[in-house]
Parts: sequence; C-alpha cells; structure tokens
Amino acid sequence: MSATPERPERRVNYLNAAYGVRSWLLTTDHKRIALLYLIGVTFFFALGGIAAALIRVELLTPAGDVFQAETYNKLFTTHGVMMVFFFMIPGIPGVLGNFLIPLMIGAKDVAFPRLNLLSWYLYIIGALMAFWAVVHGGVDTGWTFYTPYSTVYSNGWVVVTAVGIFIAGFSSILTGLNFLVTIHTMRAPGMTWMRMPLFCWGMYATGIIQILGTPVIAITLLLVAAERLFHLGIFDPAQGGDPVLFQHLFWFYSHPAVYIMILPAMAVISELVTAFSRKPIFGYKFIAASSVAIAVLSFLVWGHHMFVSGQSVYAGIVFSILSFMVAIPSAIKVFNWTATLYKGSVSYQTPLLYALGFIGLFTFGGLTGLMLATLGLDIHVHDTYFIVAHFHYIMVGGTIMAYLGGLHFWWPKISGRIYPEYWSRVSAWVIFVGFNLTFFPQFIVGYLGMPRRYHQYPEEFQVLNVMSTAGASILGIGYVIPLVYFIWSMRYGAYAADNPWGATGLEWETPSPPPTENFPETPTVSGRPYDYLTARDREAAIG
Amino acid sequence: MPFLPEEASSFARHVDHLYLFLIAITAFFSVLIGTLVVYFAIRYHRRAPDEVATEVHENAVLEIVWTVIPLGLVLIMFYWGTRVYFRITRPPANAIEIYVTAKQWMWKIQHTDGHREMNELHVPVGMPVRLTMASEDVIHSFYVPAFRFKRDVVPGRFSAAWFEAVKPGKYHLFCAEYCGTRHSNMIGWVYAMTPADYQAWLSGGTPGESLASAGAKRFVEHACNTCHGDQPGARGPSLAGIFGKVIHFSDGSSRIADEAYIRESIVNPQAKLVAGYPPIMPTFQGQISEEGLLQLTAYIKSLSSAPAGTGAAQTGPGLSPGPPTPIPPPSAPERKTQTP
Repeated sequence: MSATPERPERRVNYLNAAYGVRSWLLTTDHKRIALLYLIGVTFFFALGGIAAALIRVELLTPAGDVFQAETYNKLFTTHGVMMVFFFMIPGIPGVLGNFLIPLMIGAKDVAFPRLNLLSWYLYIIGALMAFWAVVHGGVDTGWTFYTPYSTVYSNGWVVVTAVGIFIAGFSSILTGLNFLVTIHTMRAPGMTWMRMPLFCWGMYATGIIQILGTPVIAITLLLVAAERLFHLGIFDPAQGGDPVLFQHLFWFYSHPAVYIMILPAMAVISELVTAFSRKPIFGYKFIAASSVAIAVLSFLVWGHHMFVSGQSVYAGIVFSILSFMVAIPSAIKVFNWTATLYKGSVSYQTPLLYALGFIGLFTFGGLTGLMLATLGLDIHVHDTYFIVAHFHYIMVGGTIMAYLGGLHFWWPKISGRIYPEYWSRVSAWVIFVGFNLTFFPQFIVGYLGMPRRYHQYPEEFQVLNVMSTAGASILGIGYVIPLVYFIWSMRYGAYAADNPWGATGLEWETPSPPPTENFPETPTVSGRPYDYLTARDREAAIG
Repeated sequence: MPFLPEEASSFARHVDHLYLFLIAITAFFSVLIGTLVVYFAIRYHRRAPDEVATEVHENAVLEIVWTVIPLGLVLIMFYWGTRVYFRITRPPANAIEIYVTAKQWMWKIQHTDGHREMNELHVPVGMPVRLTMASEDVIHSFYVPAFRFKRDVVPGRFSAAWFEAVKPGKYHLFCAEYCGTRHSNMIGWVYAMTPADYQAWLSGGTPGESLASAGAKRFVEHACNTCHGDQPGARGPSLAGIFGKVIHFSDGSSRIADEAYIRESIVNPQAKLVAGYPPIMPTFQGQISEEGLLQLTAYIKSLSSAPAGTGAAQTGPGLSPGPPTPIPPPSAPERKTQTP
C-alpha cells in the first residue's frame, strides 16, 4: 500500500468542502450520506453486539442465573432486530453502495440525491423507534414476530418495533430504487453493462430484491400491528385466522432479505479478489449473471422455513428443490473467485485476508445450508442451534467479513488516510479465529438437539456453550480493534495516495478523498473491467 | 463428547446416514476450496512490487464443470432427503394413538385409556405411536432429538405426526418453537419402555375415564346428540362409522373424514356441508377447549372402530380401545337453532 508521507497540497474534497452540522445533516452528496450511514450502522451494530455479548454470558451456565427469562428473551430479540434490520440490510448498500456506485460508474451522484438523504432519515427514524421500543418497553417476540404470540400473547412493545421496521423498510426501498435508476441511466460514456464493476452488478441485483420484497414485510408488519390493536383475526386462530399465513408472508420477504444481506457482500468480494490478485476476474459474466439468478431464485424458496409447520408434503418437496437450486449460482461465484487467484499476483493485504476468510466461511455456511434444504435432515435440526450456526456463518462469516474487507479496501478513498497495517492484520485474524470458535460448536450442539432461544439448557450442552462464549469474547475484541484504529486513522493516519492499491476502476482515478463532484470532468471508459494486464501505467504508478 | 444424539427411533438411523453423507460433501468442498485458496495465495504470492499476473480469466469448460457437478450432487441430496422425509411423514396404519395438548408452558398428554401425563410421555418400543396434537395458545413444537422427530403444534388445527421408538431409555422432550417467557422450561421426558414394562406402567396408576367416554359426555353436554343422535329424521348426519370414510358435500366435493375434518366441522361447521343437510349447525369456536376437541374427536373415532371393525383406531396389544359408549338418548334440552 502506498502512502504519501507528507500532507498533499490542500485540495478541496467532499470532506472539507463545507463544515458544520448542517452541512452534514442536509447534505445530498452520496459520499457524505454514506458516512452518515456508516455512523448509523456502526451504532446499531454495537447495540446488537452488546445484546449478543449478554446472551453469551447467560449461556455460560446451564441454569438461567444471570438474567430473568423475560430479559433474556428481550435480549435475543434486540440482537436479531438490530442486526438484521438496522445493520445487515442497510449496511453494505448504505455505506459502500452509496459511496461507490456513482464513483464506479463515473457519475456525479446518485439519480435522486435528495431521496437518498430521505432514505437515511427514514432509516434513522425507524431504527431509533425500534431502539426506543426494545430499550424502554422491551420486545420478546424474537426478530421473526411469529403469530399468534406476537399479536395476542406478547406483552412487549411489538407495535412500536413493527412501525420502526416499517419506516426503515421505506429507506431500503428508496435506496434500491435509487441504485437501479442510477445504474440504468447514469453510467459514464463507454461504461456498458459488461464493463461495469461486479460490485455494481451485485448492488443492482440487491436493488431488485429491495424493491420487490420490502413492501411485503411492510404490509405483514402492518397486519401484525392491526391485529394487536384492533383484534382483526388475520393470524389469530381463535378468530378464524391462520398463524402459518404470517410465516408465509414473513419469509416471502425475509428469505430474499438474506440475499439483500449477502449479495452486496459477494459484490465486495468480487472487487477485492481481483484487485489483490492483480488480474481480471475469472468468469466475469458468470459472476454477474449469478447475482441476478440468486435475486430471482431468492423469491421462490421461502417455504423451506416451514418444513415442520404442517405445510403440505408436496409444497415441502418443491421448496426443497428450489432451495437447492440457489446453491448453484453461489457455487459458481466461489469457484470463480478461487480461479481468479490462480496465476495471479497475490498480495496479502488486509482486505484480501478478509476476502479469503469470506470465501472459506461462506463456502462452509453455504454447504451447511444444503443440509437445511434437505427435507429429511431439516426436521431434526430446524429451530436448533444448528440453524443459528448456519446463518451466522453466512451473515457474520460472510457479510461482516466482506463489509470489513470492503471498508479497509476503500478506507483510503473514503477518508484519505491509511489505517495501521499491523493492527488491521491482527484484527482480521482475531475475528476469523473468534468467529469459528463461537459458531462451529453451535453446529454440534444443535445436532445434539439444543433448541434455539433457550434461556436455560440441559447440562450436557455446557461444554460447547462455554466454547461458544469464549469465542464470542475473542470476536468482540476483534471488532473493537478496527473501530479504534479507523477512528484513530482519521486524524493520525498517513495520507493516502489516489490509488494506493494499484487497482483498476474509476473510483481509483479520482483523488482520495474525492471532490464533491467526484470527477473534474466526466470520465470515458474504453476497455473491459479489471484490465490489470494492460494497465501498465497503473502498476508503474505504485512501483 | 458425543457427536450424534442417541439413535432411539426407527428413522434416526436414516437421518444420521443422510447427515454423514452431507458432512462428507461439506468437508470435501470446504477442504477443496480452502486448499486451493491457500495454495494459490502462496504459490502466486506477489514477490516483486511490479510482478504481473498471467492472463487467465475465462474457461467455458470449467464453468460448465463447476455448474454441472454441484447440480448433480444437490439432486442426489434432494432425492435422498425426500426419501427420508417420506419415511418420517407417512404414518403406519397400526399406530398407538396419543393425544397431546400444548400450552404455555407445558405438555399435557392423554392416552386413549384415560392415562394422563404432564411433561412426560411413556411409549413402548417397537410400536409406532401417532400423536394428535393441539395448542391452546401459541405455536409450540414437539421435539425429541433422540428420535430426530419434530413437529410444530399450531393453534387452530390438529397437528399429527408419528414416531416409533426402538431403544428403551429416557429422552429429552423440548419445545422447539419459541413460545414466550418460559419457553426453555417447556421441556420434559419421553420414556421408551419395553412392551412388558409398558404394560406394567399402563396397569399401574388409576387411569381416569377413557378419552372416548370423556368425549361422549361432552357430546351430550354440548347437545351435539340433539342433531347427531341417529334418530330418524335427525337434523344432522349420523356420526357412527364416518371416521375414515369418504364424505360427500353439498358443493359436490368430497374428502375422507379424518381428525382435521372433525375438528373443522365443530369449530367451523359451515366450511363443508354434508350433502343433503341444511346449514344450520352453529359454530363451537371458543366454546370447547382444545382438550375437549381432542376428546370429542376421540369419541367420534370410537364410533367407527369397535363395532364395524374398520381398523381406523386399531391399537397395540393391551391397549384397550375402550368399549364404545352407546349414544345416550337425547336428554339434553333442545338447542335453539335457526332453521333456514
């Protein structure tokens, strides 16, 4: 990584173009909005993380001796709600998507800059409402809000939380819409679809899901609120409602939402692997097409959450095979990333460490997902810690690894500074080790039969739970280290060159940090993406 | 530390074989990808700052290979998984019937002979057991890890499932679906016993009234017998012998009378009208407890089992289905119902 040791001549950039709180809270600059998202998602990630830490403390011992059962239930609900709706879903799109899409396609901003700011406000308002609900009143339904527990029996602040998620949902819809329109209409001259960075392809596929899926969770949560307030009898069987209908509606969004979380992560990995192999990505078209294939298939697999609910056997079979089909485009991506390393010029910088960690953990998480698509096996492991382990391999081992990898990769562009290389490598390893120690034992304890959302558990499961808690402590430290050095680097880090990695892509052709208008003049694109082999001048620049 | 729970049911072994196969696939591909990634990263490590990669970024044959091989493998997983699923979901005909009522936060078990248990279930090994389950409040899930058996108990309907214990022992019973504050206290034990021990258990204790006769009492209590009393010209169809038979409805459709149909006919009688009868039955939604519904169902089933010998409620040795209670004369006061 190349740094310019001395302060570069003072250039006007998006960070110093204007000062004051107003200039941030009323900004329409996609880069500043990205930083607003960064602050938001970091805050809610920390909240979700604290809840997770408290859960792990309770589970150190079989008895429910640290918290009351009700408190424990509120903790795992807080953890799920914060992490899913206010960190995972807005995370990579809000921060990296906002910052990078206009830069990558050579545009001045997104298509609707003011709508973009509105998205952030909706996100913050929704998230703060849910935060208020879980802290002040408490919600104990789990992030899944299963009926009729959530509509009739729970005493928590379900309605406020649901309204918070409902509002934040519009943020997600508007962001997806903004990205789709931006990618369709604002590409620089010569930036054809097949020359577009794979990050944009991934965000495009994500946008499709955000627009088509989110309205379904919105109406579902409204129905939950309406049934709680007005006793409508939509889901409540005592009034002729159907509780399983809720599960269909909920998962019709929430399974695609898993891909809202993982597609942007895959999009980041495609960029990192090629940049640090200094080689064109292997199978560009296949990776791009697989993103779209995943987006489409994601809408057809929701029933695999209901294999033991009493859903028809034949529906189960159809959902099983469709779920298996999602594995194919996912496998295509993994193989292509691996092949990109082949005969590359591989540099072990921190973003690549995260990317390689992602490939391993996502592969393992995906393969264990196949076990859950397998009907005969899912009956046993459904609603156990096996599921918990599986989706944390995808969400934490996958999405968070990619998010951190991407944040490191583009940090010089975002902040204009270099983070400490040594500590970043240390944190990547600490996170990898802590993660596996936390979640691998949960596969075993899950197959042994420990149900999820248990405040207390039989003694024979204790050893594995202690391992898990030990791992979570390490993982927690791993997350604090980058938080510290990123903040530190904003003031004390070395100044970053415009293209510190020698990477291709329009975002590296503009200064670090970029000026408000991104490019002094509209760039034109003439060649294929990731053209590391002919771009000798770039390599010379970093030599 | 064990890696697999005990294999105590007839299908546990099949589930575990499937699991081991999938572990092998998972291990193979995880090691393959892990090895390739690490090998490539070391082998092609950038040694000089200006080192350039080799141009390799397309290979149609490879793309086809790594699409088709995973596709073939997932189809095998799908086929195998579905076969095991069929084994788990198809109940044998000759199962012992046990009725389960779930509520926050306990499992109430009723045996047909009147034995009742709380958070404990005694079953014989070597005999299939069919559970008919109902929830009084939220969704619960009946989970016995040693049996690899799980089934959600959804309120507003009967959930039926079966297992066959093969190994005597004491096994965990968990509620697997989050059901509120004391979810993790909604646990119990399943005792799988040798047939001899099971007989001894059955003959010990004082079984209450058999389920069917409790149902017969409710049949009178709710004045069902007024219309379904078998007397000539009764306003409702006779229920004797209907269980397991095809019922024809006024809209021309038909279905087999099973537990779900009986339940629906009580709580939502207008949903399916038996051909030739007017839509006059009132709903009993909210008036009969889930246990009451299970008892009425058991009673109506008993009307079909013993005299006609249809075999629908054929039970294991020693488990007396209980003599069918004759339908009492219509002594309850006439219920005012709307005539069309």
